[in-house]
This record gives sequence, structure tokens and C-alpha cells, in this order.
Amino acid sequence: MSLKRKDLLSLAPLSADDIKLILETADSFKEVTGREIKKVPALRGRTVVNLFFEPSTRTRTSFELAAKRLSADVINFSPSSSSVVKGETLLDTARNIEAMQADIIVLRHSSAGAAEALARGVKSSVINAGDGWHEHPTQALLDLYTIRERGLAFEGLRVAIVGDVAHSRVARSNIHALSKLGAEVRVVGPPTMMPWGVDKLGARVYYNLDEALHGVQVIMMLRLQLERQGRALFPTIREYARLYGLTAERVKLADPGAIVMHPGPINRGVEIAPEVADSLSSVILDQVANGVAVRMGILYLMSGAN
Amino acid sequence: MAILIQGGHIIDPGRFNAVGDLLIDRGKVAAVGPDIKAPAGATKISAKGRLVVPGFVDLHVHFREPGFEYKETIQSGAASAVAGGFTTVCCMPNTNPVNDNQAITEFMLERARAAGLANVLPIGAITKGSEGKELAEIGDLRRAGCVAISDDGKPVMNSLVMRRAMEYALAFDVPVVDHCEDLHLAEGGCMNEGLISTELGLPGIPAAAEDVMVARNVSLAELTGARLHLAHISTAGSVRMVREAKSRGIKVTAEACPHHFTLTEEVVRGFNTLAKMNPPLRTWNDVQAIKEGLRDGTIDVIATDHAPHASQEKQQGFTEAPFGIVGLETALPLTLALVDEGILSVEAAIGKLTTAPAKAFSLSKGTLAVGADADVAILDPQAQWEVDPSKFRSKSRNTPFAGWKVKGAVLTTIVAGRIVFEAPVVA
Repeated sequence: MSLKRKDLLSLAPLSADDIKLILETADSFKEVTGREIKKVPALRGRTVVNLFFEPSTRTRTSFELAAKRLSADVINFSPSSSSVVKGETLLDTARNIEAMQADIIVLRHSSAGAAEALARGVKSSVINAGDGWHEHPTQALLDLYTIRERGLAFEGLRVAIVGDVAHSRVARSNIHALSKLGAEVRVVGPPTMMPWGVDKLGARVYYNLDEALHGVQVIMMLRLQLERQGRALFPTIREYARLYGLTAERVKLADPGAIVMHPGPINRGVEIAPEVADSLSSVILDQVANGVAVRMGILYLMSGAN
Repeated sequence: MAILIQGGHIIDPGRFNAVGDLLIDRGKVAAVGPDIKAPAGATKISAKGRLVVPGFVDLHVHFREPGFEYKETIQSGAASAVAGGFTTVCCMPNTNPVNDNQAITEFMLERARAAGLANVLPIGAITKGSEGKELAEIGDLRRAGCVAISDDGKPVMNSLVMRRAMEYALAFDVPVVDHCEDLHLAEGGCMNEGLISTELGLPGIPAAAEDVMVARNVSLAELTGARLHLAHISTAGSVRMVREAKSRGIKVTAEACPHHFTLTEEVVRGFNTLAKMNPPLRTWNDVQAIKEGLRDGTIDVIATDHAPHASQEKQQGFTEAPFGIVGLETALPLTLALVDEGILSVEAAIGKLTTAPAKAFSLSKGTLAVGADADVAILDPQAQWEVDPSKFRSKSRNTPFAGWKVKGAVLTTIVAGRIVFEAPVVA
């Protein structure tokens, strides 16, 4: 079994079978992360480069751990320490890295399409670790993994994605993946945060959170970019929290046993009440834990090491 | 000195449309008609099966000099123009420094004379530095040779400033050209706002960003009586409003670019920076509306918005890459495609590239009338060729049409009675 592709840039072109393969591959690595010695030699002698043009702790650390647990050599590049500040283009930077025989480049960039542009220009495999508002495929895959781990079946699963969908790469990747697997995706937020035609991607649009939560088994909260206040997307954080913040009361509107997810970092008291974030229904830390296993699976599949 | 072009199908839109001969003498059109005798020593060009038309007039090019000579110079831009059949081009003022004063205009005209290829006519800025605040010295610009005024690329957002510019322009009978875009609505956008921008996660520019400014400009033209020319309209809404404005007798002309009637936003998929321009490529519906506007005369002019950029600039990410594509060397076949589609007659298509733009800016160009400057293009409307950017005369290669198989080629371009371009003979 293999993915039969050089790069993982977005979930839009993947088939349901591709997604299932990734999740199944992650299963075996999840087992590894539970061992006392959390390391396998699968990628020994391979080089993984984390090329992060945007600040990120969680995703970068997760990829770094994943690569190390596969015994790969890992290099971290970040813009402040690289030649990017000297005006080198993304492609030139990547070609230099490639010339040092990097097998896999993990890219985080603030521009939509950066990973795709990079993948066209280098022979190394490219994994998109988030490009602008476009996609964050590995985040969505670890979300799916976490849902599946809770014993929920995707076919007919009702999922509410809540918040600033327009500016969210996590939302886009999840809408694509969940729809492919047969889930019913609801997107919820103020109309100012709904991208044009999102319903045509297969999501149902709600402006009222209470309405949207009825009968869902998964509540996926998005991080509110606080700096967007003052850009006419929402009047105040106070009003946003009142309308779209997930409270314990609201969780009761969902299916009993519904799980609460968040890609992090969370704004306690804004999009999610502290008691919800810390409740039994919250799987936020499981997402983080699963992130390593899922990324191990992806690195393994992309390396062609199988 | 004399040139006799024999046996071609001569189209001088609105004046002459028949097979005949064209005699050029001392830089002027000397005679048009059947069986003209060649004066002694005249160069004879056989044009059997060819079209003989006025050299094209492009109201909208960016030649980047002064300031961005690595993208294009007046020399390379003019070479690109004549290779595309254009004998007169109007240069937008967004150079560095901005063409907002007589000295820059004179510099551009001097460079154009040195190039000696096409008629290069500068367009002056509306406001100082194109900052949208204070009026530029429009009287000086006009006197120095500017044929219109525009803050292209940096639309005048302040409606009062735009009103005053239109009023002031009346004194010089100079057309006011606006790139219609509400910068607040368009903020940060880099492609048309719609399903594709949603899928790609790219910030969108809604059609409304153009429409609201077209509405404003039409209202101000009505208020002031100024001559308004709308650059590169791209939306169905713009076409509708211009049609309505014309029906009410408002002095407005409009141009469309070949890419806006040939391509849709679909081409952006894959984050193709060669499909990034402003206004952005729109939807199929908009393309249909543009074509209908060209057909019914709502859109007077076809202009290229020739916007050269260096390869390293277009190789950046989609959001960082600059807007714009080169257009001078692909305009003819893309325009003739409208003839094949049945939208325009050949004469109407040629008119959009010659008579109509000349009229919009009151240029004594775009005609083969006896006594006119002998600016002529000889075309093979049936010649098929493949667009190969490496062969462009332009310094830049940024076109989304690379590899397209197109029909209609420029064979010879004549400016003021001098042959300035001859297509290389293909073995």
C-alpha cells in the first residue's frame, strides 16, 4: 500500500481510500508512541527538513518528534535565522536545502499555495504544514484520527466547525476530508467569517450556534484571531464570545457524548469556556498526542520506505 | 521612400473595406484604391490574401521606464508593440518617479524618439505621486504631450478629488481614465472572490469592488461633463452600468482586455501567478457580458494592459507576486478569436484596436485616410502559430498564453512610412 504521490499538499485531491490508508498507517505508529522506547528505525538515514516561515510551536515540534521517532535526521529552518531575510526566494531556499539531500521538506508558510509552488520546483517530497488560509492537511488528518479513535464512524457523522471559517486552513482541510468520508459538515460563525460559496464545498452554513449544535457528535472549535477585531469582521470579542463561544450549556445541545475539538492554541473564555476545554468531552490533548502518530504515518508513507 | 502595398484586403474601419492598393509616400497615406501605379523607386509589398489595416492603438500599456527598466524599457516595449501590430501606445504613469510632471513626460517622449519604433504617448498622473490627494499639474502635462490622465493601479479613492480632477480636465479637453477599484473592498485580495478563492484560501476581490467605482465615476462624469474613460472593465455589472450611462448620453468610453474576454478565474487553479492580474480574471458570466459589451458597442476599445514583470517576481507565492501580464504580442489573435466566435466582424474587431481607441483619446491615428500618418499593419488572419514567450520582443515573459495555438499573425508593421517590424520568415 502506498499513497502514490510525491507530496502531501492538500486533502482536496485525496480519495477516501487515501485518507483511510493514512489513518491505518498511523495506528501502528500510535502503538510505538506508547512504548517505553519510542523509536523505530523506519526512516534511518533519511533527512527531514522543517521549513517554517510562520511561527509555530505545536506543529513544528510535532513534526520534529515524529521524524525523530522514525530515526530520521531532522533540521529546523526558521525565517529569522535563514537567508530569507536576505531576500532569497522560497524556491531558492528550498533548492539549497534539496542540494543537501533532504528527502522530505515540511513547509509552513503564510501564503496560500506556497507548498504547491515549492513542490513543483524541488524533487524532495513536500508536506504542507499550513499555507495561508488554504489547507493544513496534517491537522485535519489528526482530527480525523482522533474522531475515529473515539469509536465514531465517519459515514453520517454530524460535525460542527465553529468560528472564522473564511480565514481557516484547518476548516478547509476538514471540510474536504470529512465530506469525502461521508460526514455531514456544518460550518457556524458570523456571515463575515464565511467564505463565498462554502456550501458548494459540501458544508451547511449556520449563523446561529445553538441551532447548529443540535444533534452533532463532534464540535470543532476554531481559534479566533484576536487581531482581526477592528477589521469589521466582528464588533467586539465580548459579543463574539456571547454568540459563538462554546459554553457547558451549549455542549448540552449536542449529542450526548459529543466530543469537543480545537486545533490550538486556545483562547480560554473567548471561543471556548475553560470548563469545556478541561471537561471530559474535550479531546484537545488527544489531538496533540495523535498528531505525532499521524505525522509519523505520513512521513513514513511519503518516504516511500514501506 | 514610397511603399506600395498591393492587392491586400484593406480595412479602414468605417471608411474603406475592399481589396485594393495602399500607397505610402513621405510618411503619409498617399492613396487608397484599386490599381494604384507604383511611383518610380517605390518598394512594392504584395499583400494578396492579407489584411491591410491601420496600425493598432493601445490605450493602456506599462513600459516601466523610468524606474523599472529591468521589467521593460520604452525601447523594448515599443519593439514589443510593433511586433504585435501596434503603432501607437499610451503609457500609464505608474513609473518611478510617477509621470506627474512635465519633466518625466518629456523624458519619456525623448526615449520614445530614440527608440524610433512606435508612437509612444504618455498618460499623465491625475494626482501628485498618484497619491490621490492633490491634483498634478494637468495643464503642464497636457502641454508636454500627455494624451490623458490616470492614476492607474492606484485609483483615486477620494471622490471629491476625482470630481475636481474631472472638472479641471475640462479646461484641456483631456480624457480622465480610471482603474475602477474600491481599495477598501479589494483590500489584500489577489484573485476574483468566488468559489475558487474559497477553495484556494486566497483573499478575494469581489466584483463589487469594481462596480461601485464604475457607478461613482459615471455619476461624477454626469455631474461634471468630463470625458471619462474606464480602463479594463471586467465585470458584468460594469458592462451594464456603462451601457446605461451611454444610453443617457454621458460621455463615457470603456476598454476591455483580451485576457478578460478569453480566460476565467479557473486559470488561477494551481496558484498560477501568470493568471494574476488586476482586475482579476472573473467568472464565465462576466466573460459573456464583456463579449456582449464588445458586440453591442458598450465597450468601445480593446486595450492590452501590457504589464511586464520579471520572472523572479512572478515566481513568488501567489499572494506576493505582482499583478499583470504582457499583452502586446498576443492581442491580435485573441481579438480575432472573437471573429471566429461570431461576436465581431473583422471590421468591428479591427475598429476596437484602431478607430475606436483613437477616437476615445482624440488621437489623429488609427486611420488610413489620405494624408494620415502612414501607420499600417499587414496581417495574415489565417496564420496559425504557437505562443512562445521566449520569442517575445518584450523584456518580460509573463503570459498565461504560453503554448496556446492561436490564429492571426502580424507580418509587417509600418510607422510613419517606415517598416519597423517584419515577421521572421518561418522555414
